[in-house]
Amino acid sequence: MVLHYNPAEYETKKIKFSIFSPETILSMSVAEITIPDTYEEGYPIDNGLMDQRLGVIDPGLRCKTCGGTERTCPGHFGHITLVRPVIHVLFAKYIYEALARTCEHCHKVITEDVKKRPKKCPLCKKELAKIEFQKPTTFLINGKEVLPTQIREMLSEIPDEEVEKLGFSPQNAHPKWMVLTVLPVPPVNLRPSITLESGEKSEDDLTHKLVDIIRVNQKLKANIEAGAPQLIVEDLWNLLQYHVSTYFDNETANIPPARHRSGRPLKTLAQRLKGKEGRFRYNLSGKRVNFSARTVVSPDPVITINEVGVPYEVAEELTIPIPVTKWNMEELKDYIRRETYPRAVYVIRGDGRRIKVTEASREKILEELKVGWIVERQLIDGDVVLFNRQPSLHRISMMAHLVKVLPGKTFKINPVVTPPYNADFDGDEMNLHALQSEEARAEAREIMLVEKQILSPRHGHAIISPQEDIVSGVFFLTSDETVLDKKEAAKLLYKAGITKLPKPDKGKYYSGKLIFSMLLPDDLSVKFTSKLGKEVVIKNGKLIKGEVDSKGIEQYIIEKIFLMHGPSYTTKFLKNLTDVALEYLSMKGLSVSLRHYKISEEHQRKVRELLQKMDKEIENLIIKYKNKTLERAPGMTLKETLESLILQITSKTRDSMGEIVVESLGEDSPSIIMARIGARGSILNAIQMSAVVGQQVVRNKRLWRGYYGRTLVYFHPKKLTGRERGFVYYYFSKGLEPDEFYHHAMAGRESIVNTAIRTARSGYMQRRLIHAMQDLVVLEDLTVRDAGGQIIQTIYGGDGKDPMFTKGKEEYETKPKEDDVDTV
Amino acid sequence: MKEEIDVLNYFLNPKMEVMKKQEVEKLLKEYGIEKNQLPKVLESDPVVKALKAKKGDVIKIHRKDPTGEYFYYRVVV
Repeated sequence: MVLHYNPAEYETKKIKFSIFSPETILSMSVAEITIPDTYEEGYPIDNGLMDQRLGVIDPGLRCKTCGGTERTCPGHFGHITLVRPVIHVLFAKYIYEALARTCEHCHKVITEDVKKRPKKCPLCKKELAKIEFQKPTTFLINGKEVLPTQIREMLSEIPDEEVEKLGFSPQNAHPKWMVLTVLPVPPVNLRPSITLESGEKSEDDLTHKLVDIIRVNQKLKANIEAGAPQLIVEDLWNLLQYHVSTYFDNETANIPPARHRSGRPLKTLAQRLKGKEGRFRYNLSGKRVNFSARTVVSPDPVITINEVGVPYEVAEELTIPIPVTKWNMEELKDYIRRETYPRAVYVIRGDGRRIKVTEASREKILEELKVGWIVERQLIDGDVVLFNRQPSLHRISMMAHLVKVLPGKTFKINPVVTPPYNADFDGDEMNLHALQSEEARAEAREIMLVEKQILSPRHGHAIISPQEDIVSGVFFLTSDETVLDKKEAAKLLYKAGITKLPKPDKGKYYSGKLIFSMLLPDDLSVKFTSKLGKEVVIKNGKLIKGEVDSKGIEQYIIEKIFLMHGPSYTTKFLKNLTDVALEYLSMKGLSVSLRHYKISEEHQRKVRELLQKMDKEIENLIIKYKNKTLERAPGMTLKETLESLILQITSKTRDSMGEIVVESLGEDSPSIIMARIGARGSILNAIQMSAVVGQQVVRNKRLWRGYYGRTLVYFHPKKLTGRERGFVYYYFSKGLEPDEFYHHAMAGRESIVNTAIRTARSGYMQRRLIHAMQDLVVLEDLTVRDAGGQIIQTIYGGDGKDPMFTKGKEEYETKPKEDDVDTV
Repeated sequence: MKEEIDVLNYFLNPKMEVMKKQEVEKLLKEYGIEKNQLPKVLESDPVVKALKAKKGDVIKIHRKDPTGEYFYYRVVV
């Protein structure tokens, strides 16, 4: 069948949602289903659940209703006549509303609010019955249970005008239809049976449920006809209600879910639609895409931040459509002629036919190629692609990169672009999308390119900035002692593409500051205090004073350069800075060994002394606590006061270790320098490796859980000293005692559990937020409007400012004033 | 204990006023919208009551925050 889709002809003008009336169900039904079975000797049973009139699922057969084949027959509904009506669970709430809001005598609407049902009808003055709704499907009138038949009668008696007043449309959704008398049987297409390898047929969950319904329905019918006692009839009726309820929704509160023979709950109608794996989120809003690739990412500091290293195997598979013009005709013909890598894979003719470029078709295509045709060529260097890492919480979780085909089977990115993606290289995988239209490529290049995202749209600070070794390299390069001979200076400057040496400033030698200044733009002037507390001064692109650390690069240099000179200049600067810094760092050398975490005997003694002092303080507190002489802090119990005081002591003790460790390891110890300049690690890391690990906590309290009054059986119950409550006296390079190790694991587990819970919770919150705001848009006049044109904000954010450019733009746009740096 | 609060001059409430007809027309023209596309405020809102505004009136709200002052408009419904 050829589908001719003409959008104008099929334009959706309106959508109407309504409830099936029994008449509608009957009119669209092609078969009444009465037999609770599917196949007999391999053939579908007439009037059974697989009746051939309901559609075809077996290839080669024809539909008994429409004569269509497996491909063309859309399937047809059947119906089951219920012997006794049942409540539709999903509408029970509305049935209650309709009942409680009307008078059962005059059938008029008497209240807006179901909770405010008066005792007497204000219109006919008659006594009103008390109506209660017992979830999920039971209604009580004056405390007595009423049967669905009665409910249906009551709803039928409400006149049309009153139905309308209740908010229902009597033509499209009459409340009486919410009590089911006939049940539609979905076409077989919706519940196909699966033939197992053994030749056995396995039915869909919905079919199973329908079998149950028909079976009970039949039994109920037989009992009523045989004149069985009311009690038995009602039991069966309730059973029918249960089956119909679970047929619609098998996760209703207070109804035990219907189960498969294996004990697995059945997946019924509501379950097919609901949730992450439901029809909406999984099949409709979750679409899969072509022209994409996914593999592991690994670092490559040599490529620029804008590039992405793409494996040859990926470049070969992905294609980009290029429309033929008279200007690129020859170029595209070259691609068609080629038999190896950058070649054309398909050609799309003017009439839309797609021809594969093969040995056989090549000559013909070359001959016929015309302007207006499209050539699909393989991905080559310089193509714009989108690159993305899940979870995409940000707009910068997806950025445009330029392809660079590289050997290897992983995507390569410059390690400096990991923060926006929140990626690391411990096995992270990322997705790549080859853009298929010129508009998309232009938009990606102009808006989404990595270099345009150097400043975070959240706070306006640089989010793409040098890290780790680059920071170390810059720090050592700019330090006061650094002097380089001519050969070294030339080597470094060559890395930045500078081939003319400046005049040496230290006699025959060049200072590191001079080399660094060569990279800076001439108009950069900043003054700031570094992390080490020293003043750093850059005037007219010359580093005059101070050593540059992570704070200086991130918050001053990169940011200012970006605002003054724009994205591509900053990219080049980053590239030069990285290359020079890394080259200098490899020349100088930076390494750490176990030796760098070994503190001297004397300092070890100091550490032990501090710990003993801490133990004594804790013991004193405990004694005071036991004597009840401890003063209770406001808002806390005595025990809480004690715990809080002990925690303060332990953290104070650990902090005071910092001085000892720095003193012993030395200010020039690599790990201390790295921690101080913000390249890697912290002083706390150094303390834990060389002095003491310190107090372990769970939920901000010292450890307490496990056995009665203690964390492990080896301790005395209720003992409150440090060791028992998770203070770790040893340090990582020495190794932990078994109980200490266990305590450390206890605290470590908490942070793992917390991150697991936090991601799940914040993910859900973000989903809700995005859903609420997805179609708000900021217009040219800076008003925020929704899809319906409603104004949400008269000016975006109350000030019309883009947070990306709120960090002192005015200051940087004009050239810095001279007196900014005059104090030097 | 019941204490009367002057909602129009209460320190937590921004300054609000009912707009004149010409002003409203100018505003709607400026944004290119119909009146019903403005944000809404209920007639039963205490400030609206205090301003004696009627259904269909547009209230101009002088909002202030650390970044400056701007106007917000709500139509009484």
